[in-house]
Amino acid sequence: MFLREKQTLREAIMENSIYLDEARDPLIIAEGWMKDGKDVAIATVVETWGSAPRPVGSHLVIDADGNFHGSVSGGCVEGAVVTEAIDVIGSGKARMLEFGVADETAWQVGLSCGGRIKVYVERLG
Amino acid sequence: MDPYALKTLNAERRARRAAILVTDLGDGRDRIVREGDQVAGDLGAAIARAFRTGNSGPVEAEGRTFFLNAHLPQPRLVVIGAVHISQALAPMAKIAGYPVEIVDPRTAFATPDRFPDVALHAEWPQDVLSRQPLDGYTALAAVTHDPKIDDFALKAALDANCFYVGALGSRKTHAKRVERLLALGATADQIARIHAPIGLDIGASSPAEIAVAILAQTIHAFRSRGLEAKGAVA
Repeated sequence: MFLREKQTLREAIMENSIYLDEARDPLIIAEGWMKDGKDVAIATVVETWGSAPRPVGSHLVIDADGNFHGSVSGGCVEGAVVTEAIDVIGSGKARMLEFGVADETAWQVGLSCGGRIKVYVERLG
Repeated sequence: MDPYALKTLNAERRARRAAILVTDLGDGRDRIVREGDQVAGDLGAAIARAFRTGNSGPVEAEGRTFFLNAHLPQPRLVVIGAVHISQALAPMAKIAGYPVEIVDPRTAFATPDRFPDVALHAEWPQDVLSRQPLDGYTALAAVTHDPKIDDFALKAALDANCFYVGALGSRKTHAKRVERLLALGATADQIARIHAPIGLDIGASSPAEIAVAILAQTIHAFRSRGLEAKGAVA
């Protein structure tokens, strides 16, 4: 296989992104955590309005210690989602969170970009 | 999320097969639907749409709210032939969201100089495709004009149910190709799936114009998956 100089095969594959990037894929990481016996929550963007930074279907996965991978926004609301997720891991009850400038009363954190997103947080198992 | 659903979903994604995670947002129950699985009613129609578009989103059906998370493999384009057309096709397809790999055993053609920033294999299609098999989310365009190089790849693309199979050459050239593919064991139905002469009929003349015609036909084939070839499950 010919590749550009100094470009590794892995870089070439990542550029094409036709294979999963296992080291960074939130759902692959969640499965690994589960196999390690960790408690895990999965947060998913289920609806967006306006200029939301991450598309519907994006995931943030969280373990009971607050470690996380992936994203549901450009970093604006991840902190709040992690806090909620730890509660969800404890209770086992899924929650629907809503973030956005239109929702200042309900949430301290908002999306500075002006968008609005709905995030579903559930426990794995 | 059901741990079994997560495992199943990841296995499908690793295998480059499309799957949709359907979550009932009322009670949190979820399940995996694979492409080709039959789901009735409004939910089934929404699932079919999500497989076609790749768009995720909430759906109201049966008095409930479901979230459909569509996981489609990244479509890609394999081009057999490191020719002038391919030089134009590779960057155009990449911009359109279809990463390209080029295969051509002729080392004079398949040089990094002629194809910067492209995954390039100066090998026989047999060797490349045994390592990286074709699948239903791969398009294949055979543009060498050389049966020794094109034929094996075309047969492999038909067997793998590639969402698009195109072959360069006139109607006369294609008639001879059909004979050879029949001899290789391809069925008439399979052969009917080959787009030949290749490309949408836009009167393309230059290599770059032919590349546009091929790319447009590839996109059309991808976006109409499941509409023309019913039961064509990867």
